[in-house]
Amino acid sequence: MTIPVSIAINGRRYDREVEPRLLLVHFIRDTLGLTGTKVGCDTSQCGACTVLLDGAAVKSCTCLAVQADGAEITTIEGLADDGGLHPLQESFWNKHGLQCGFCTPGMILAAHEILRTNPDPSDEEIRHGLEGNFCRCTGYQNIVRAVRDAVQEETS
Amino acid sequence: MSTAMFGSGIRRREDPRLITGAASYTDDLTLPGMLHAAMLRSPHAHARIGAIDASRAKSARGVVAVYTSADTEGALQPSPCAWLLPDSDLKIAEYPCLAKDTVRYVGEIVAVVVAESRYQAYDALELIDVDYDPLPAAIDLEQAGGPDAPRLHAEIEGNQAFHWTVSGGDVDAAFANADVIVKERILQQRLIPTAMETRSAVASYTRASGELTLWNTTQNPHIVRFLCSLVTGVPEDRLRVVAPEVGGGFGSKIAVYPADFVTVFCAMKLGSPVKWTETRSENYQATTHGRNHVQDVELAATNDGRITGIRATVRAGMGAYLSTAAPGIPTILHGLMLSGVYDIPAIHEEVYGLYTNETPVEAYRGAGRPEATFMLERLVDVLADKLDMDPAEVRRKNFIPKFDDGHDVATGLTYDSGDYEQALDKLLRHADYAGLRAEQEEARQQGRYPGIGLSTYVEICGLGPSQVAGAIGFQGGLWESAIVRFHPSGKVHVFIGASPHGQGEETTFAQIVAAELGVSPEDVKVVHGDTDNTPMGWGTYGSRTTAVGGAALALTARKIREKCKVIAAHLLEAAVEDMEYEDGNFFVKGSPDNGKTIQDIALMANVSWNMPEGVESGLEASTFYDPPNFVFPYGAHLALVEVDAETGQVELKRYIALDDCGPQINPTIVAGQVHGGVVQGIGQALWEEAVYDEDGQLLSGSMLDYALPRADKLPEIEVLSTVTPSPHHPLGVKGIGEAGTIASTAAVYNAVMDALKPLNAPAVDMPFTPERVWRAIQKGKGN
Ligand code: FES
Ligand code: FES
Repeated sequence: MTIPVSIAINGRRYDREVEPRLLLVHFIRDTLGLTGTKVGCDTSQCGACTVLLDGAAVKSCTCLAVQADGAEITTIEGLADDGGLHPLQESFWNKHGLQCGFCTPGMILAAHEILRTNPDPSDEEIRHGLEGNFCRCTGYQNIVRAVRDAVQEETS
Repeated sequence: MSTAMFGSGIRRREDPRLITGAASYTDDLTLPGMLHAAMLRSPHAHARIGAIDASRAKSARGVVAVYTSADTEGALQPSPCAWLLPDSDLKIAEYPCLAKDTVRYVGEIVAVVVAESRYQAYDALELIDVDYDPLPAAIDLEQAGGPDAPRLHAEIEGNQAFHWTVSGGDVDAAFANADVIVKERILQQRLIPTAMETRSAVASYTRASGELTLWNTTQNPHIVRFLCSLVTGVPEDRLRVVAPEVGGGFGSKIAVYPADFVTVFCAMKLGSPVKWTETRSENYQATTHGRNHVQDVELAATNDGRITGIRATVRAGMGAYLSTAAPGIPTILHGLMLSGVYDIPAIHEEVYGLYTNETPVEAYRGAGRPEATFMLERLVDVLADKLDMDPAEVRRKNFIPKFDDGHDVATGLTYDSGDYEQALDKLLRHADYAGLRAEQEEARQQGRYPGIGLSTYVEICGLGPSQVAGAIGFQGGLWESAIVRFHPSGKVHVFIGASPHGQGEETTFAQIVAAELGVSPEDVKVVHGDTDNTPMGWGTYGSRTTAVGGAALALTARKIREKCKVIAAHLLEAAVEDMEYEDGNFFVKGSPDNGKTIQDIALMANVSWNMPEGVESGLEASTFYDPPNFVFPYGAHLALVEVDAETGQVELKRYIALDDCGPQINPTIVAGQVHGGVVQGIGQALWEEAVYDEDGQLLSGSMLDYALPRADKLPEIEVLSTVTPSPHHPLGVKGIGEAGTIASTAAVYNAVMDALKPLNAPAVDMPFTPERVWRAIQKGKGN
């Protein structure tokens, strides 16, 4: 059995028939081939799959594709609207906020959520806001700096 | 652009594709007609396999095939162990790609399903019926070698994989004459590397040509090609291995794995591309683990704190089979480092490698050196305590004095260069050590429990001379290679055999070329990871990519420079001896304004209209660099913690890392390596542990149960450095990938034990969970 869904991703509408059990992350990665969104676990811990759903960050492995029917989703590929870089992407680059890059799409979107809900977070608030995202390479230090840097860019 | 590029923290060239989601990791790949594999894994730690009935699975929707060991018989050789440790009575148990009649750890592969979709493949796993006859499991490391322990492999007595010894000086005399002897039993718990990208393989086979391509999450594609050829029978010239973007490894992507060979088998058998990607739970069960020692260690010293000998017995749990490089980790990379930064005249260690019914153990960031550093650094603190001396003072008393061109230690190694006291002094000054001790005293008066921990370390990396590799049984070379190719426009391709996966060498290597040849790093593209378009190399592990591959590249760039001089002399109608070089400009002595740029020369060499007699066209060179020795980075770390005596909670308040990896090509990248490495070591001290129950079930089998470091639990790491060049390296550089991890576990451990000192708490096994700390505090109350 399949169910029709219509989901807008990065400003483009996709109409597809999906199995009811299909996870949103697999819809994005496998059905549509948008592989910037990653899968790092099977217990909703790592945050590698984070996307924006109607503007708010969600772990796309915790959500079924059918639940996203009618939603607007932003993945890492669509974060910068003009084909350039979003300020958070810039700051992750400038502050060496990534090494292997596997956690990075999820991290950047989690950071987006932090700034959406708190435009001027303290370091502690940034660290707290990242607790649902694992990075094994950076020790988080430059990720925190990158988020802080993005705040300063915005306010300067 | 110029030599100033060396030492500049420029942002990384690899990042734009990574921050935009454009990078392609193995699981991101889709090929036309691709099928999906899923592995049926043993739920038992030890069991005989009876009948396997796959008929229901085979007829399930979308399923293309189900294979068991009966199908791969003759087509797949066993998964190899490639570190044949000499003089150790090494006994390698056969590691079949698909279990034959017995399973020996939870997660061992019993069957594979290939289906049209991943969901269908996983669904079908549930439809395979396997009769298991469970057997008792050998789990406890202290009993696994005993007479009553269940035996894993019929032909291997006492489950003993090897027995290895290192000895130097007269250790019996040292202990007989010692004023003081301190002893500890140390548990180096089993850890799960947890690269954020799980392992994956995509195999594609063209029957008509017999050509196989394997995309694989690996740190060393050339080794995978070599060993995959042996296991599958595909000749090396028909076998292409590609490590696309790789999402971290930390040692867990060095080994070759049964699952990858099984994926290759499926692709060859079916004639369609096959993808397999493990789930995180599979990763925790079946991708290699790290550490896992029980160490009994004692140290002999004089009353004034001079260490005169160290003696240890280590039981190293290897898991059910010997992984690719496993035998060398608790031996060569551990036992040879037992002198640490200290002048210790007598050293003796016996290492017993034991098979247990658990996931195979391999290199994990630091690989053997953290286990050696911890042993020493812990014992030095215990000694200081016993003698009522300051731990910094005991260290200072025993340091090998400054040396800049070789120092021999009792284990037989020759360190390259070091100034250990300077490192400690600089660290203590930065930390205001005396001030910290005074604050600690004050806090204790108020009933608070802060602790200060030190760790001074040296490590062996930049593996290493190939001759040594041969002598220690490593079944490969340890050189690296580089090709530098100038295009007519002066843009550059660099091809390397090593395979970075997050360490940033696309940038640092471009900086090396920039520094040597005066081009912009923007004009240098570094290619790695594909065996079809890179020269042979042995891979990225043991902090060797910049230390060995970087040397290959620097020497290659210098060959190019020499050729450029000859061409420039010809074009300027001057003698080669009169040519000078500066920042990409070749000129006759005294006339820098009338020189030829490297871009001019690249164009001429490529069009070749006017070349000097006997000089070949093109501007390209290559080097196969085999280092004359290892490199030995070192440093001194300090951790500051506070223990809540009511709850046993440990808070890490401050962490300072001083590391000396020689001259830094890109200090930003170096600091990043330190941050990540330090945090992994902190993870071992405070949170991480792979836990098996007595039946061999992995209790910490998911990210829910295995406690990884999180952003909100960590302070800012303060990063310092000193610079001691390696005398034998063309750039003087040493490695930095593992240093942080090697140092930090001991620093944090020592800090917590220092905090607990007024509470009389006995030693606590890592990790310091609140419960363990609380229990130790309660015990201390009874003392
Ligand atoms: S993949 Fe979604 S949280 Fe890990
Ligand atoms: S950069 Fe590798 S996991 Fe974060």
